[in-house]
Amino acid sequence: MSRTARDTCLLLGLSVAAIVASGILLLIILFLSTEAWPVFSQVGLLKFAFDEAWYPTEGAFDLKPMLVASFAMSMLSIMLAAPLGIASAVFCRFYAPPVFRRAYQWIIILLAGIPSVVLGLWGLTVIVPLILMLAPPGASLLAGSLVLALMIVPTVALTTQAALASIPQFYWVGAAALGLSREGTLLGVALPAIRSSIFAGIMLAMARALGETMAVLMVSGNVVQLPTSLFDPVRTLTANIALEMAYATGDHRSALFVSGLALTVLVFILAWVARRSGGQVVHA
Amino acid sequence: MLSKLFTTGALIFVALSTPVIAADDKIVITGSSTVAPLITEIGKRFEEKNPGVRVDVQTGGSSRGINDARSGLADIGMASRALKKDESDLKAYTIARDGIGVVLNSANTVSTLTDQQIVDIYTGKISDWSAVGGTQGPITVVNKAEGRSTLELFLHFFKLKASDIKAHVVIGDNQQGIKTVAGNPNAIGYVSVGTAEFEAGQGTPIKLLGMGGVAASVENVRNGSFPLARPLNLVTSKEPTGMTKLFIDYTQSADTHDLVKEQFFVPNGP
Amino acid sequence: MPEPANLIDREIHPVRDRVLLGAVWAAAMLVAGAFVWLLADLLWHGAGRLDWSFLSTAPRNSGRAGGIWPIVVSTVLIVAVAIVVAAPLGLATAVLLSEFTRRGGATERAIGLSLDVLAGVPSIVFGLFGNAFFSVWLGLGFSILSGGLTLACMVLPILIRTAETGLRMVPDDWRLGAAALGLSRTTALHQILIPVATPVLLAGLMLGIGRAMAETAALVFTSGYVDRMPSSLFDSGRAISVHIYDLTMNVAGGDRSAYASALVLIALLVLVNGAAIWLSDRTLQRKIATR
Repeated sequence: MSRTARDTCLLLGLSVAAIVASGILLLIILFLSTEAWPVFSQVGLLKFAFDEAWYPTEGAFDLKPMLVASFAMSMLSIMLAAPLGIASAVFCRFYAPPVFRRAYQWIIILLAGIPSVVLGLWGLTVIVPLILMLAPPGASLLAGSLVLALMIVPTVALTTQAALASIPQFYWVGAAALGLSREGTLLGVALPAIRSSIFAGIMLAMARALGETMAVLMVSGNVVQLPTSLFDPVRTLTANIALEMAYATGDHRSALFVSGLALTVLVFILAWVARRSGGQVVHA
Repeated sequence: MLSKLFTTGALIFVALSTPVIAADDKIVITGSSTVAPLITEIGKRFEEKNPGVRVDVQTGGSSRGINDARSGLADIGMASRALKKDESDLKAYTIARDGIGVVLNSANTVSTLTDQQIVDIYTGKISDWSAVGGTQGPITVVNKAEGRSTLELFLHFFKLKASDIKAHVVIGDNQQGIKTVAGNPNAIGYVSVGTAEFEAGQGTPIKLLGMGGVAASVENVRNGSFPLARPLNLVTSKEPTGMTKLFIDYTQSADTHDLVKEQFFVPNGP
Repeated sequence: MPEPANLIDREIHPVRDRVLLGAVWAAAMLVAGAFVWLLADLLWHGAGRLDWSFLSTAPRNSGRAGGIWPIVVSTVLIVAVAIVVAAPLGLATAVLLSEFTRRGGATERAIGLSLDVLAGVPSIVFGLFGNAFFSVWLGLGFSILSGGLTLACMVLPILIRTAETGLRMVPDDWRLGAAALGLSRTTALHQILIPVATPVLLAGLMLGIGRAMAETAALVFTSGYVDRMPSSLFDSGRAISVHIYDLTMNVAGGDRSAYASALVLIALLVLVNGAAIWLSDRTLQRKIATR
């Protein structure tokens, strides 16, 4: 095969893969919409935004508190996890003594694979009682954010680490030639060079936080309300689906698919905003 | 590496696409996560007695059981509640019963609550344990998620609406309720009587309260004197035949009573 | 890169450097501490239940007694299906994004955005979707295949994003060099870009495997709940995390088995990741040796 023919074949194959990969989302949205349609067509979109509360078996479908809870919890968790994750990566690459490095690397890898159920169980039996000592009922926005943060630290850490590892050698050499200290190299050269990769990792982590179900369900209290403090119990959209889907029928079931769609829209908006601001960071 | 990965992927896909022969007799059962562990165990014993038969149990909730039985996706559905009015096209077979009792943390000094006090606590009129004779402390009300059969039973018994209840923690499955109450000295919740009795016996810091003067115990659920109980049902869309009928008959027979007790439910019959 | 003058100005900051050092150590110790705490909790509750028969036998009495061997087998099969399907698909998409589209161009933006959104789809929605699409529509039923394919959809964004990052970090000089040598882009990819990006690809793979092994909600409705030994990929098979969920949330008296199962899962992760690291070290060495 000629060189260009091979490249054309490759491009064709790659395009098919990319179409399949992005097609999955369309399929999922199609699926959610079909399932959500019955309640949409009957009660309309406005009820989901302007109802008094969420009592789906009594025909009240307000999603606002859960949208806010999902958003607040993922934001809080990423605010905790991003610095911890980046610091973890930096620790592994620059600061850790060799013995620690291997061990710490394993901790991060294993943390990435702890089932959310196990983290949830630990949260429910360890973290929630601790928070309870500060303010009842313990199961709260804070508990959910803490458990989520621990869950997504590895995502930020591993992506940052990978990016650090792939910084070209001449950056380090250049920094050394300029007489920069380790910290100066880090803050002045290394981290700025990979900020778009770090950002991509943070986006992944935040998406994971928004989509997480089981652990959140176990520790955050699941009361449908707008949180006024960190210690208030809240229900996220994912927990709502997991809690009620098992027993929901008719309009109630359909309304749960609306909460799935609402979450997808929320993620879409966040991803879009992030891409816009992320793009600016790259160009700056 | 890329091409190698592609080939491996393709090869595995081809290998996967070869058809397999289904078991001669497979019974598919889906539904309630409360009932699923019990039916799994009964299924295993049934498989031993009837070689060649396979019983596949899947969970996903009572509504899934009802839907799958209706649509024919499953031979049998599992539901941890009685059939509703709009489900009268289905047939239900009760395999066991399960009582629902109010639980407190064992550190709580309160030992009885009247029905009215329970209603007042769950509707937020009473918010401190001192109002019902306990030591001072804000009450944490643990409620079940909307649609759960235990919630519906609880609401029905106390003549409440879902929106009347002011909960501080909303939970899904039974064990989450037990763990939540066990971890919070000021919590009140309602869970399956059998499991609560077992957990309390194992040293979990919870205690069961009586209801309407009747002690919450498996014995009182069995003899019918405990007021709050639900049936655990198998559901079919039409009159069962063949292996499905054999299985349903088996689940209702005395042969399975030891398995029912092992899951802390109450067997049928006297 | 920022202005050099700016950098030199930053260099003489011993206090800032000290603070940074402390902060990084504190953060690392916080994460490590939380993990050790978690692990200790698991060991405290579960180690007593862990022995050879736990690993080698089937569960009895809803998992309160007996072991988890069939469940370990199912888990490995489910994750294997997911990775075998998702890894080539993910790598191919990543190559397209990094090598054949303009950064910030329409194609890259559209695919990238759809992947970002896909990454945020809740696991339970993946489960319901997988059930409707793979189990019912494609007729795969409750099976290891359905579960694996559902997980493949789920880990795809992780694999693509990390692989893309890895490929983009390869300096353009290398691509230009390959082109100057008259290599086709296919050869350049195969011989240069992908080998160079291997460490990052591997990191992504590990994240993906970890995520797949840890998944519960997406599997309840797809690979299912049956805890017997699977005889083919078309059988339903219970994953460890589904087992753990059932034991902690549905089975009174199942906690000890749940903690022990979690320990087995962690051991399994060590095994899989260890093998992956070893394999990549070996391939890297071979590549270097043949050069």
